[in-house]
Amino acid sequence: MNTNTKSGPEREELEQLLPWHAAGTLSRREAQRVDDALARDPELARQFALVREELSETIHFNETLGAPSARAMEKLMAGIEAESGPAKQTAARFSLSTWLAERLSAFTPRTLAYGATAAAIAIVLQFGVLTGIAVNRAVGPATFETASGPAVTAPAGVGTFALIGFAPDVAAAQLSAFLEQNSLTIVEGPRAGGLYRVRIAAKPLPKAEADAAIEKLRGNTSVVMFIAPSE
Amino acid sequence: MQTTSDEVLIGRIASGDRLAMQVLFARHHVRVYRFVLRLVSDPTLAEDLISEVFLDVWRQAGRFEARSAVSTWLLAIARFKALSALRKKPEAELSDEMAEAIEDTSDTPEAALQKKDKGAVLRECLKSLSPEHREVVDLVYYHEKSVEEVAQIVGIPENTVKTRMFYARKRLSELLKAAGVDRGWP
Repeated sequence: MNTNTKSGPEREELEQLLPWHAAGTLSRREAQRVDDALARDPELARQFALVREELSETIHFNETLGAPSARAMEKLMAGIEAESGPAKQTAARFSLSTWLAERLSAFTPRTLAYGATAAAIAIVLQFGVLTGIAVNRAVGPATFETASGPAVTAPAGVGTFALIGFAPDVAAAQLSAFLEQNSLTIVEGPRAGGLYRVRIAAKPLPKAEADAAIEKLRGNTSVVMFIAPSE
Repeated sequence: MQTTSDEVLIGRIASGDRLAMQVLFARHHVRVYRFVLRLVSDPTLAEDLISEVFLDVWRQAGRFEARSAVSTWLLAIARFKALSALRKKPEAELSDEMAEAIEDTSDTPEAALQKKDKGAVLRECLKSLSPEHREVVDLVYYHEKSVEEVAQIVGIPENTVKTRMFYARKRLSELLKAAGVDRGWP
């Protein structure tokens, strides 16, 4: 292959990638390809200089466009206020994170050190979430907490994980069935925003399979409010 | 100091956290506004539209699929809103506004050239690009979107993104040449 060719599909492709190379948004592999081509092709390097000029002036131009007034934020918050009906407020009363944190504070470090294995902690966490919902419902609504409560972490081990935000009005039986049917284990939480790290498979899955598993879980709209891949 | 990621903010918004909404808004509203303003050329309409964009985020946060960056999602919603708004406007009204557009205090390309300010000429020519070309140039250069992300926002194949950007650059060079700046390309 003639790598010094000044025409042809490969050269054309490299030329088309220059704007992304200048903006730093190419993958490492593609960026390396472009760098190699720039080093051996002076005409391409000259093109790249033009691209950098365009990049600089486009940023300059956009920065002169100003910013919206406070009206935009006020309008947004008014819209949110108008949409926050009683249903949403009622649903927000139960705090999964608060309940879980409270229940787990009963386990002293010594107790855990003597008795718990990673799997056992995970099971306790999961059991706690489920029972807690039932108990909490029985004694009345808890207060709503928007950010993170005191977080607790069980050893995660290996596997494939996701961050899940459960629907605030999910029933205990429904959550139990959801976790069991999908072989899920809650291993950590709550994180900021009441998200839980959940093991969705016992071994690391290829990305496509992990995405498919997450997509399947996302379909449970009555239980899952938010789900995203997690390390 | 570590800042809360956009994805975590979206999770918090999905559970009804208004403070998270304000943080996300503060983080992205200027760039979203500028993107919309370049599409609709009407500052008041652009302000209204960004409120609607973030209101949609409030409504749909629970459905956010973390396959793309939150900023990409925001720009895709913004683009959809902007194009819908443009479709609703009578054409006459639109052309009047386009003429007045963004407050223009700069020189014409020719005047800028007389002052030998090549950068100013280039900026003037950026304004003269077609909406399609302008959009892709802004997304790549200013919003730092990858080929894949531009394809997601604009709703076209990745190869089309690359060729559209190429032709936008070519057109920019032609406009520069017409204004007296010959870059020797194409």
